[in-house]
Amino acid sequence: MKALNDFMQKMKPSDEGKFPIAWALWDGTYTFLFVPGHTNKNGVHVRDGIDLKRTMIMVVLAMIPALLFGMFNVGHQHLLAIGEVTRDMPVMEMFMDKFLFGALKVLPLVVVSYGVGLGIEFMFCAINKHGIHEGFLVSGMLIPLIMPVDVPLWMVAVATAFAVIIGKEVFGGTGMNIVNVALTARAFLFFAYPTKMSGDQVWINTSLNEGQQVVDGFSGATALGNAVEGGKSALDEMGASTLEAFIGFIPGSIGETSVIAIGIGAIILLLTNIASWRIMLSAIIGGLVMASIFNIVGDDGSYMAVPALHQLMLGGFAFGVVFMATDPVTASQTNQGKWVYGFMIGILGILIRVANPAYPEGVMLAILIANVSAPLIDHVVVQNNIKKRLKRVKTA
Amino acid sequence: MSQIVKISKGANIKLTGTAEKVLGNIEMPTSFAVCPPNFHGLMPKLSVKTGDKVKAGSTLFFDKYNEQIKFTSPISGEVTEIIRGAKRKILEVKLKADAVLAYEQFVVSSASAADVKSALLISGLWPFVKQRPYDIVANPSDSPKAIHITGLDSSPMAADYEFLIHGQEDVFQAGLDVIAKLTAGKVHLNVNANAKSVFDSAKNVQINKISGPHPAGNVGIQVHHIDPVNKGEIVWVLKAPDVLAIGKLFKEGKYDASKVVALVGSKVSSPKYYKVLPGANIKEMFGNEINNGARVISGNVLSGDDVSIDGYIGFYDYQICAIPEGGEDEMFGWMAPGFNKFSLSKTFFSWMTPNKEYDLNTNMNGEERAFVVTGEYEKVFPMDILPVFLLKSMITEDIDAMEGLGVYEVAPEDFALCEYGCTSKIETQKIVRKALDLVKQECG
Repeated sequence: MKALNDFMQKMKPSDEGKFPIAWALWDGTYTFLFVPGHTNKNGVHVRDGIDLKRTMIMVVLAMIPALLFGMFNVGHQHLLAIGEVTRDMPVMEMFMDKFLFGALKVLPLVVVSYGVGLGIEFMFCAINKHGIHEGFLVSGMLIPLIMPVDVPLWMVAVATAFAVIIGKEVFGGTGMNIVNVALTARAFLFFAYPTKMSGDQVWINTSLNEGQQVVDGFSGATALGNAVEGGKSALDEMGASTLEAFIGFIPGSIGETSVIAIGIGAIILLLTNIASWRIMLSAIIGGLVMASIFNIVGDDGSYMAVPALHQLMLGGFAFGVVFMATDPVTASQTNQGKWVYGFMIGILGILIRVANPAYPEGVMLAILIANVSAPLIDHVVVQNNIKKRLKRVKTA
Repeated sequence: MSQIVKISKGANIKLTGTAEKVLGNIEMPTSFAVCPPNFHGLMPKLSVKTGDKVKAGSTLFFDKYNEQIKFTSPISGEVTEIIRGAKRKILEVKLKADAVLAYEQFVVSSASAADVKSALLISGLWPFVKQRPYDIVANPSDSPKAIHITGLDSSPMAADYEFLIHGQEDVFQAGLDVIAKLTAGKVHLNVNANAKSVFDSAKNVQINKISGPHPAGNVGIQVHHIDPVNKGEIVWVLKAPDVLAIGKLFKEGKYDASKVVALVGSKVSSPKYYKVLPGANIKEMFGNEINNGARVISGNVLSGDDVSIDGYIGFYDYQICAIPEGGEDEMFGWMAPGFNKFSLSKTFFSWMTPNKEYDLNTNMNGEERAFVVTGEYEKVFPMDILPVFLLKSMITEDIDAMEGLGVYEVAPEDFALCEYGCTSKIETQKIVRKALDLVKQECG
């Protein structure tokens, strides 16, 4: 450890040097390898062991189950599509083939996302002459998990660049963004390349090797796409019943399908108190309320009649609620505001999804709308606090 | 009618090196200093120059903006040196003590509020009386709506105030009687609900029982829960051991500054209580007790001053801490399990062992970042105030927002736990202090 430290110190470029990016890269590597030994100067003499890197790494850890499941599921859906496995066979059949196939498809997305994102962040550090901050550790992992598997790599690169520059750095970097960075990337692709991102082109990989061919009657649509057409029966038929959607071997974005895998992540985040339980709970309640309203008004067999619990298992709802809505920077910052914020996401997510024919997935847009409304929600809470104090002056 | 206050938010930081409840023997040193920076918000003007002879209770300097507030010498002897810093700011008035102390004799009367005030002012005991808002030395011409005395200190390794008062209950009562004259409102004595209190027999005061984790002992928190300060109101605050010095003045007519302090911390060979005088040189008194590589703090580890071993015991402080000075880089420290670290968060294992004592050093354990995590300040800030919003209005110097959000009720020490647990390593107390000074300057 001492040897590594000495080596790093020897490599340190001068901060007044000709290449500020060299200093930024050195500092980023050094603070990744070592927690610097700065001591407290003004104020408290002892400090908590927690820092932003530790917080971020816990979130990344919480995403690993969804990532691993996603890799396996990509392979599984691919083999289903080309007929090498069928739905009657046990899911674990051909485990390694499925997992390796999926890993080979997903890892390039992760590499591109981190590479482009961190590269741009280092450039901004060099320009602004400060060390790199840890925000992108989490966003870099979130971006691949909300992408469909067949998205072209160049699109992910462009989307990440857009999200980091316009969504984050322009506002001041980590801690200053108004909208969720990963969702900005996804929304960019959704609006800039709509034909490529919707429909049946990208959700299941149907690349064929010599001699393979797609199964008869194969449609690459996701569960939500089918549910719009045929309601609950369509879902059960395609193998996306409530239980199957809960377990997650259905087509969809890489990380969003398995509620179990996301649930493990949620438990990690809640146990370590990193994500707000208020936001998660109120979002689930909001989603259930909206879906139940649709159940009451909807005709039998239609999309609206898909039972509330089943509705929450589908699409990006679980992933969005656990990992995106709970992002502390963009969410409401007051404890009371978090209840309103989460509830809004639940209601709007299901509303946009079910009622709007143009947007099959409403959670992304609901979270973005809630991000923009969070300052207003907080403002109301703060004003209430101020008014309470003023009333005390009057009655005193 | 006495109130029961249960503080639910906060945290007790258990550190190794709490003082054993025994009084150790120590010789009085010869080197002393009274440091104007101990008294925040004051512009000192010297009454003495190098070479002057003083007695215990002689004025050394006074506040330029309020000349009645005098700051006096704790010992008799000679002024040896005046240490100045940048812009000729007076940092220390160094003194050399006589072997036997001689005291200034004061004619004290406790007949009326004005008499009490003039006695406290001339003897140099007035600075014990601080105020909310602004957390500065009180202005004698104000009329506070109440006076609060905190009878417990909940900070890490704190001195037990009941141990300090024990055996001097009559002096304490004399002090309370005198303080009661200073306000038309009530005098609140806020005591530890869980301890068998030496304060139970106190008269002329309303005894309130306080329980809960730190910062339950902070007088500002107690004021907030019992009778909050609104805009335009003033509350005077003291600590229980301060009352002893006041009682002694009115019983004996002299400024007997001696107090019992706790010498604590993992770098102290044998933590105990000692009877000292404020302003005593720490190295001369405790040089043998404190091991190498320590950061010496006058006050507690959350809000105290880094005085170094060559420094002096502060006027207001009842503990001296010696904790390990950090400074070493830690490889992958942010990923490591960190069994030796105490954390307010659940990302370490400290929440599983609430009674374990930790030996923390002065490492920052990270670098300064923007605000990212939300909800962590609120968990350890037991006031009905939004701490992060108040802090942000302080950073942006938005006085209207600060007023609305409760700046009149807070002191930097109330934010100390927030600063401890801050993920983004922000210098919270420094920001609060600067803002309080700004509001005092702009709003009076």
